[in-house]
Amino acid sequence: MDTLLRIDVGAAKGPSVNKEPIGAYAGMGGRALTSAVVAKEVPPLCHALGPENKLVIAPGLLSGTAAGQSGRLSIGAKSPLTGGIKESNAGGQAAQVLARLGYACIVLEGKPRNDDLYTIVITKDGVKIEVDNSLKMLGNYDLIDKLRKVYGEKAAYISIGPAGEMKLTAASIACTDMELHPTRHAGRGGLGAVMGSKGVKVIILDDEGCKMREPKDPEKFKAANKVWIEGLKKHPVTGGGLPSFGTNVLTNIINEAGGFPVNNFSSGQFAGASKISGESQAALMTARGGQPTHGCHRGCVIQCSGIYNDAQGKYLSKQAEYETVWAHGANCGIDDLDTIQMLDRLDDDIGIDTIEMGVTIGIAMDAGLIKFGDKEGAINLLKEVGKGTPLGRIIGCGAGMTGKAFGVERVAVVKNQALPAYDPRAINGIGVTYATTPMGADHTAGYAIATNILKVGGFVDPLKPEGQIELSRNLQIATAAIDSTGMCLFIAFAVLDQPETFQALIDLLNAFYGLSLTGDDVTALGKSVLTSERNFNKAAGFTKEDDRLPMFFTRDPIAPHNQVFAVKDEELDKVFNW
Amino acid sequence: MTVTVKLFASLRTGRFDLRAMDFPADTSAAQAIAAAGVRPEEAAVVFVNSRHAAPDTVLADGDTLAIFPPVGGG
Repeated sequence: MDTLLRIDVGAAKGPSVNKEPIGAYAGMGGRALTSAVVAKEVPPLCHALGPENKLVIAPGLLSGTAAGQSGRLSIGAKSPLTGGIKESNAGGQAAQVLARLGYACIVLEGKPRNDDLYTIVITKDGVKIEVDNSLKMLGNYDLIDKLRKVYGEKAAYISIGPAGEMKLTAASIACTDMELHPTRHAGRGGLGAVMGSKGVKVIILDDEGCKMREPKDPEKFKAANKVWIEGLKKHPVTGGGLPSFGTNVLTNIINEAGGFPVNNFSSGQFAGASKISGESQAALMTARGGQPTHGCHRGCVIQCSGIYNDAQGKYLSKQAEYETVWAHGANCGIDDLDTIQMLDRLDDDIGIDTIEMGVTIGIAMDAGLIKFGDKEGAINLLKEVGKGTPLGRIIGCGAGMTGKAFGVERVAVVKNQALPAYDPRAINGIGVTYATTPMGADHTAGYAIATNILKVGGFVDPLKPEGQIELSRNLQIATAAIDSTGMCLFIAFAVLDQPETFQALIDLLNAFYGLSLTGDDVTALGKSVLTSERNFNKAAGFTKEDDRLPMFFTRDPIAPHNQVFAVKDEELDKVFNW
Repeated sequence: MTVTVKLFASLRTGRFDLRAMDFPADTSAAQAIAAAGVRPEEAAVVFVNSRHAAPDTVLADGDTLAIFPPVGGG
């Protein structure tokens, strides 16, 4: 994994392929690498859809190894949604396969000279780029069904749907899972539009003939991996709650805590929460012959994903994640799992971010375009996006755009990216992360829910401002480091509570690379990633005033706690003082 | 007094989802949890009326006690 694969889609004779030694980027993986390439090579003031922007696709430092849970892929660029730097992270098969093919990252750069649509095929024998305009405007499901007949069942596919081709600013990039369903998305920040602007429909990765990556010290690596996997299996969240109920186990607890936004962030508790909860979802999936316990990639230990069948027992979609269930459910006043799962399928097929779409449809409902709770109306609005009608293009450009188009003030975005499934008025810590992360509102960037609500890694009262800055700071640093390893972020539940599991992660890195890193080095890595990302945003025009929640969060109290977001602006400005 | 007791996720197995339970005055959250048949180490997160509650929290008539095992996601 010491080669950088650079593809210039604007080269004079058609896309050119250049394999370079990793050079100055040596020792980096995942988010550290995508953010380093973007920070160094992309002019911060460029247009995100212009020739100067680059799409960087990087497996993590431990991807492609035998390390459990190491299958996360980082995709980075300047975001067309936020205008800042973006790293969007996805599961699925791609990270492991790309790493085994020997690439530290793929960089798509330049601007295509015409409207041709390209496929890129990467095998051990090299890189082949072909025009295939027959794929234009195919949804991700039809696309993969077509391609799997040509490129086989063992390949991993990274693709965009119609939203990416139309360069909509909420477009996602899909990665296939073990069953070749295009269900694991780098969803946030509109990176699908950047891939679309490069004229690339799909990257097909086939690692046949490639070996698993070999550690420098195989014995130590094997020993560390044993402790690592045992740690993940013994923690009650990663070894119990997540595999049994999926991420949607959160619906009931966040609702109970009064932080489950309803009807476009107008209340904090949903009367229909129980109907769409992880408990109900898992029971329904089992009854219909689906699979509530399932891994999104080979080597997954936690197994939090799942397969959801319709009432006839036929595959409909993957088990919708908590964020999706909330966004398309409570936030739109919808309490029906089949509707939510259909919306999830449409999102995956069109290739668009589920969080952004749920928040956006909630805004359209608030504007009176359709009513809260209108199941068919929500499905039809999303279909408009796939068809590329003028209304669909507005919706497909996300919450900020739709709020402006329909004159809605209550638009829950930071840096123009929609807020996820936790109301910051009831859970102050996550509000600090939403406001300050360089990514725009993103729960994963510093998951304060763990300590504010779930009592993982200690407890900081969610209803008070005290302690939230330090909590978010520490989580943002840790997350930036974890996102660079290729590890699924859910390892944090075990790592925060179990010192020996944290040590096993460091031991894995040391044994693999022949290093002697300590916990301090991991912290330093996280800080360095965040610093480069913030410097990029500053050069792109962001100021401290961009590190704020929309004003309604500090003005309008929300039931049941009747509180507003209570962390002061001057405190928010201290998050990155280290 | 009557308290609404709610159990979630794995705590429901062999128990119940929601039950109105009668307790004497001054019953603590810990006592109510025990009365629901939940061991203290199983009750990872406890809410009384949507606020995190310590085991010694004294319950009042009409309260809602929600008990969760360790859960996470995101």
